Amino acid sequence: MSDFETFSGHRGLQLEEGLIFEIGSEARSGVDLETPKGLALKLGGLTRTTPKLPGLAEPEAVRHYVRLSQKNHSIDAGLYPLGSCTMKHNPRLNEKMARLPGFGDIHPLQPISTVQGALGLMDELAHWLKTLTGMPEVALSPKAGAHGELCGMMAIRAAIEARGELATRKRVLVPESAHGTNPATAALLGFIVDEIPANLHGRVDLDAFRAKLGDDVAAIMLTNPNTCGLFERDIIDIADAIHEVGGYFYCDGANFNAIVGRVRPGDLGVDAMHINLHKTFSTPHGGGGPGSGPTVLSERLAPYAPLPLIVKRDGVYDLVENETSDNASFGRMVAFHGQMGMFVRALSYMLSHGSDGLRQVAEDAVLNANYILASLKDVMSASFEGPCMHEALFDDRFLKDTGIDTLDFAKAMIDEGYHPMTMYFPLVVHGAMLIEPTETESKQTLDQFIYVMRKLTEAAKAGDMDRFKKAPHFAPRKRLDETKAARQPVLKYQRNTLAEAAE
Amino acid sequence: MRYLPLNQHDRQDMLAKIGVGSIDDLFVDVPQAARLKEPVALPKHASEMNVERHLTSLAAQNTAASSVPFFVGGGAYKHHVPASVDYIIQRSEFLTSYTPYQPEITQGTLQYLFEFQTQVAELTGMEVANASMYDGSTSAGEAVLMAHRVTRRSKAIISGRLHPHYRGVIENLSEMGGFELDCVPITVAGEEDLGGKIDDQTSCVVVQYPDFFGSVNDFTALAQTAHDHGALLIVVFTEAVALGLLKAPGDMGADIVVGEGQSIGNGLNFGGPYVGLFATRQKFLRQMPGRLCGETVDQDGQRGYVLTLSTREQHIRRDKATSNICTNSGLCALAFTIHMTLLGGTGLAQLATLNHERMLMLVEKLGPNLAPVNETFFNEVTVRLPRPAKEVVEALAARGVLGGIDVSRLCPDVGLENYLLIAATETVTEADLDAFALGLQEVLS
Repeated sequence: MSDFETFSGHRGLQLEEGLIFEIGSEARSGVDLETPKGLALKLGGLTRTTPKLPGLAEPEAVRHYVRLSQKNHSIDAGLYPLGSCTMKHNPRLNEKMARLPGFGDIHPLQPISTVQGALGLMDELAHWLKTLTGMPEVALSPKAGAHGELCGMMAIRAAIEARGELATRKRVLVPESAHGTNPATAALLGFIVDEIPANLHGRVDLDAFRAKLGDDVAAIMLTNPNTCGLFERDIIDIADAIHEVGGYFYCDGANFNAIVGRVRPGDLGVDAMHINLHKTFSTPHGGGGPGSGPTVLSERLAPYAPLPLIVKRDGVYDLVENETSDNASFGRMVAFHGQMGMFVRALSYMLSHGSDGLRQVAEDAVLNANYILASLKDVMSASFEGPCMHEALFDDRFLKDTGIDTLDFAKAMIDEGYHPMTMYFPLVVHGAMLIEPTETESKQTLDQFIYVMRKLTEAAKAGDMDRFKKAPHFAPRKRLDETKAARQPVLKYQRNTLAEAAE
Repeated sequence: MRYLPLNQHDRQDMLAKIGVGSIDDLFVDVPQAARLKEPVALPKHASEMNVERHLTSLAAQNTAASSVPFFVGGGAYKHHVPASVDYIIQRSEFLTSYTPYQPEITQGTLQYLFEFQTQVAELTGMEVANASMYDGSTSAGEAVLMAHRVTRRSKAIISGRLHPHYRGVIENLSEMGGFELDCVPITVAGEEDLGGKIDDQTSCVVVQYPDFFGSVNDFTALAQTAHDHGALLIVVFTEAVALGLLKAPGDMGADIVVGEGQSIGNGLNFGGPYVGLFATRQKFLRQMPGRLCGETVDQDGQRGYVLTLSTREQHIRRDKATSNICTNSGLCALAFTIHMTLLGGTGLAQLATLNHERMLMLVEKLGPNLAPVNETFFNEVTVRLPRPAKEVVEALAARGVLGGIDVSRLCPDVGLENYLLIAATETVTEADLDAFALGLQEVLS
């Protein structure tokens, strides 16, 4: 690093940017609006003073956000191997299609006769999702993966209630390797979470699972492929066993990308599974949403699917939007009909790949992950034996006695131009590093990544401490003080924070 | 396949490196009975041109809001979104990045979330706001659960003028979570006695502002009554632009303010994705759901931002978390904050005034026979028609006017078949107003 400070605070293309509250003003604006006529208001006297919100002219606003954007890593710029997140390429055709006025500029409550193409698209998407999963029903409305989990568990609760067993079936079995959303979802619905340990092969401990079965078990929530990147070999036995005691099988479909087109969850005994359209079906992650979590349901749960329901009579689509005596729907999870913008993008992706291409997606995703596993397992510590699915799990044993931990290693990857892998998850191994390359990376990209990872392990073992402990050296910011942020939360701009800090 | 870089040569080399003969050897853990031998029964891959052709034909079967005189609201509003908003949100670094878990290389996302939180807090008149929720309705559901945690009580009172879908979401979450609800019967306008229902078991009262039927009400006295009983006031809004002109809910004594942010920066999109806004008082911060971005410094002392207070969240607390939510509505929040920055406080107030004036003009055009049932309004009113609104809406659509919402579509079986909900935003022209007034006259004659 250069040892002098620039006068501007910028460093070449790394441009510092203040907050809008520091660079804008309330009276400035980037839009031209007509002058109001000054009509007498009918607001019942409930008016406010002008909001204290700064404005910027259009060129200032564009520059502000472009400068901010340049402080982000993105999948478009480089490998983003976050395990469990499926950071694949987001095709631009999908963006273009979602912006067609016939999809982007239609209102959820305009007359049904004027949105037949939109309902047709939702029906077509539903058909693809049901066919790919081998399930008879799908609820499209859930807004994200965790919302889809909620949908599936609500359907399970509704089915249990219909059987008159709500008072007794209270326990939900959740493997300790599960995403945090699984236990949080079960708890939200009043279920008691009971953890199942993993076995030495990174999978559900079948004996421990069987020991927990009983007629008070409502469901098991199991991710497959699981969060260690492994397929649960005993999944059909697990499904049979849970069904035998009258419970249901919720499958967390976060990792569907590994098996799409090669395995149908319906053939595994699954009763409900959410599908993250933003993972398997390439809708953009957008810096943390919006997602979309359609949830497929088995025959036993289909009657309880949430509103709205799409029906087709004599070639004309209609929406069932309210609870009636004809349906046993558990009700509404959200206003309107779900993430239409994501439905368009996902269908655009599915049609592009087709049934043959989607199968190839799973194969290439699994191949890329295994290639990384095979190329790194002699220098890093692979947590489990055998082939993985779409992501390769390592732990921190290879860093033993180096004084460098998973976090340091991840931050050093930032200096090399990579977004780090998922760290410290799943919880079942120590210092986890979960690498998911996805199918949209070329062999050259993987080879370069493998080369860098091998060099980093060498450097770690050679005691090159500064490389790791002070990393990242070359990012827009050094490591941030998260403890300070949590102890003295500053969650919005206050006019004098900077001045006070300087004093 | 255009999205897959590997070729057969690469695949062979990679299988050799892995030490297996074929791709099937990597799927050995899948039970034999569940292995599909060939692709499922769906169409094969298609070129970009053919996909575009198919989807364009589906889109063409829908009537775009901008192509007709348009008066539909009811929780989603058609506003003009500046071109630069959509340009910026399509920047690769915003569109194709993940949740900012590595703050050193996601300061762009984190800084705009911090700016967004500040804007939402100011707009709602509250002390803190989170980094957004899925949408307005789920925000409302989460607000009720939060009020239960804060008050350690379990009964919510829901106004009969809350958006019926929002009420449905709250009902569903409450029933499934084992909580009690007191849903006040639906009435279109007039006095609604919510204060009289509050007792020492009440956790919160949920009202909408402006309400579903369009009226603007002062909740200052209701807030006081709620507080006297140790209960919270939750104010819900579905039209964020209204907050540019109307007294802020926080200034009425609201404890939690939640709503839909679609109106600012986001298109109609047939109902989603939208962006839920969620704000509250500082003292309830640790019971708040959702992501929060906070200011801090890096090792060199430079200002920076991180996701914070995550000990409330599912990935740390698991079954003890404040919510199961694992995302926000990042890109929609970005669109919101860009549009808000382009407007500025003065611009937002002006936009809000224009909206209100469009509705004043429409009310005048509709005349005394179709006067709104509500005495106050922002940009939406309810009128009582001499015929079922469902028929009128369809007849108007046949004349090329999307003239509002049949209230009974959302509120069936409560005798509101003849009520029409009408919205008018700044996008409505004089000619649109005339087309609507004339169309309605023809349809009703």
